[in-house]
Amino acid sequence: MSSFDIVTSSFRIHRRRGHAVAEAVRAGAFAGAAAIAFALVGAYLIMDRRFVVEDIITLAQTVVLLFVLGGGHAAARSAARDGATAATAIGFGALAGLVAGLLFAAAILLVAHVGLRSHLVAASPMLVRAVTFLGAPGSAVAAAVLVTAGTAAGSVGAAAAMLRADRRTAVLIGLAALLGAGLFRDVFAGLLHNLPGLAALEPMVFGVGGVTPVAAAVIAVGAAGLSLVLHHRRRPPIAASTRRRIEGVLLVVLLVLVPLVTDAFVAQVAMLVGLYVLMAMGLNIELGLAGLVDLGFVAFFAVGAYTMALACSSDPRAAVHLSFWLALPLATTIAAVAGLLFGLPVLRVRGDYLAMATLGLGEIVRVLVVSDAMKPYLGGSQGIIEIARPSLGGWTLDTPLQFYFLALILAALVGLVSWRLQHSRIGRAWLAIREDEDVAQALGIDLVAAKLLAYTVGAAFAGMAGAVFAALIGSVYPHSFQLAISINVLAILVIGGLGSLPGVVVGSLVLIGLPELLREFGEFRYLFYGIALVVTMHLKTEGLWPAVARQEATDA
Amino acid sequence: MSKVLEVSDLTVAYGAIRAVRNVSFRVEPGELVTIVGANGAGKTTVLNALCGLRDIRGGRIRLGTTDITHLPPQDRVALGLSQVPEGRRLFPRMTVAENLEIGAYTRREAAAVAADLEWVLELFPRLRERGRQLAGTLSGGEQQMVAMGRAVMARPDVLVLDEPTMGLAPQIVDLVLDALRAINANGVTVLLVEQNAYRALEIADRAFVLESGEIVMTGTGAELLDHPDIRNAYLGYDA
Repeated sequence: MSSFDIVTSSFRIHRRRGHAVAEAVRAGAFAGAAAIAFALVGAYLIMDRRFVVEDIITLAQTVVLLFVLGGGHAAARSAARDGATAATAIGFGALAGLVAGLLFAAAILLVAHVGLRSHLVAASPMLVRAVTFLGAPGSAVAAAVLVTAGTAAGSVGAAAAMLRADRRTAVLIGLAALLGAGLFRDVFAGLLHNLPGLAALEPMVFGVGGVTPVAAAVIAVGAAGLSLVLHHRRRPPIAASTRRRIEGVLLVVLLVLVPLVTDAFVAQVAMLVGLYVLMAMGLNIELGLAGLVDLGFVAFFAVGAYTMALACSSDPRAAVHLSFWLALPLATTIAAVAGLLFGLPVLRVRGDYLAMATLGLGEIVRVLVVSDAMKPYLGGSQGIIEIARPSLGGWTLDTPLQFYFLALILAALVGLVSWRLQHSRIGRAWLAIREDEDVAQALGIDLVAAKLLAYTVGAAFAGMAGAVFAALIGSVYPHSFQLAISINVLAILVIGGLGSLPGVVVGSLVLIGLPELLREFGEFRYLFYGIALVVTMHLKTEGLWPAVARQEATDA
Repeated sequence: MSKVLEVSDLTVAYGAIRAVRNVSFRVEPGELVTIVGANGAGKTTVLNALCGLRDIRGGRIRLGTTDITHLPPQDRVALGLSQVPEGRRLFPRMTVAENLEIGAYTRREAAAVAADLEWVLELFPRLRERGRQLAGTLSGGEQQMVAMGRAVMARPDVLVLDEPTMGLAPQIVDLVLDALRAINANGVTVLLVEQNAYRALEIADRAFVLESGEIVMTGTGAELLDHPDIRNAYLGYDA
């Protein structure tokens, strides 16, 4: 097994199956445990402040409900696989829901009557009150409501599992649309507000917290209905290539239009997504095409950023004073040279060792930058400030939206270069190396040269992203270049689909865009990051937008 | 145009164990030569040393007039030595067409490459409709055809094959060996390593028997087929 496979497969989940009753209890216990953990870490209270459907259901309630619905669903699917009738399967779903409800209610009673606060800050009377819908907080009545609700939710989840596949999908899509509208209320409300002729709709669709009840019904039923209609009308089916082209055009329209019509915050998020797209396209050359696992990718991002800083800052440390437009190719080139120099020693090791070697490299760069030895040149932990903004004929780029379009143009450029490379002779050689290094060598491919080129090009793209980042922020600090950036970029590729350029964009939107838009939930927004990772790897192991060749294999 | 392949005193070691000891042989231009031997006799080691995939302890390898002993693998391919590896080892997530194209990686003349692709597809007509299919989804026999086609796409002077009939049904073995003879008839020198000694000796001009890393017998294919020791040890019946 190559390290490329290890990277992709380590995100996947494998399970063993047991008897239906055991499965139901296990599914219920799992859902209950998830709900308890969700409540006790404090996520429940934070998300309880936010309505999905105004005055009807909060985000916290939705999440817990989804856990239990999922548990009931899993229990029923497992029972049905063992040959149970629909009624029995729904019974198993109810059992799972009952188990989940009992566990959750027990945990809440424990919080109410035994002081857990010294160990768990979130185990507060507020939590108990938040999950009391009837009766006094901590009473048997309140607990009974939770158990009943759990059983009901488990049954509903199980009933959904018994639907025909097309209807099940429709229900899922309806719920997802509703959740999406509620969760990203600000984006959609801004969109409605700024679109000519639709502004009047905004107060009708969106309340203070979430979607208004009427709009919620319209959205959910509409999305589900649309899904059903599309499912049954697709005869003859649209050719896969045409569909991909339509999806591609939609993606581009989304990228260009959405930041234009919503507020400054969305533009800033879009800007960040753009930078990650640039970086991910670089790593895509290394990992997606050539199969080189690189955990020190952030090093080249840092090289690009510091080059920009030293070339464009008014700081006395600045070596030269160039305009942004000259400094950008310079930063890209220096990052590429850094890639070449680092690559020479590192690329002689293979697979897992390469991952470790690059990990070390990334850390070395960060430690060097904060070190006293480099402080006279790079500013140590104070960094370098006052980097000039890019200007073009007296017009200065300074809003996030302008930077977003700069990043978008660069990403389009880099995307074009990537695409050309991928379909060239060297692109084929990279794929061959990724698939089987030994055979690639036996077929006449110079491994060292091909790998070095992949590493250099990847480093150049990351350096370009770093340079834009430095100019946007106006300053560079060593703490901006943490290992987490390398990991983020790696996860973007895996989620989007290794070797797929549209996958890079989708992965960045999902893993960078969504958590940023959910900033109001503090650290808990990474919960969505984690869920996105796990769910994607479970349902779409090749990524959200897989590379073409592999897509054909699943179609065949 | 075909080149002679000459190996003298080849020694390959894994740590202290010498897997191949002072092996010398010569394959003349246009010949089909086979190396037979039991599991672990060192056959694959010899091939990998020829292709530069294994460091050698001693000896020289010459292809035509060039000493290739210390050349990296990619340069040997460019000089006309091409390998069909053991177990086929296709690129499973690339299409059949891509697998074949990458075989011609060291070549630049597009027209000649296209002509060779056409020749490969005539040799293995089954691959014609499989062009856009992923190589990993092919049957074992079809994969072997792609592996041979991929190696031929490099337009080698000398083609070495490691166990091309391994795990294939008897009819497919016929097909693969017929194709191999056709490749050889087209002027490509062939060095074939096989455990299926009977089938290999049937089609070989000459053969070597490798035992514990040493050549213990040489002769024409027909001679070895009739030799009592060979019949005993490798063909599975008494003389």
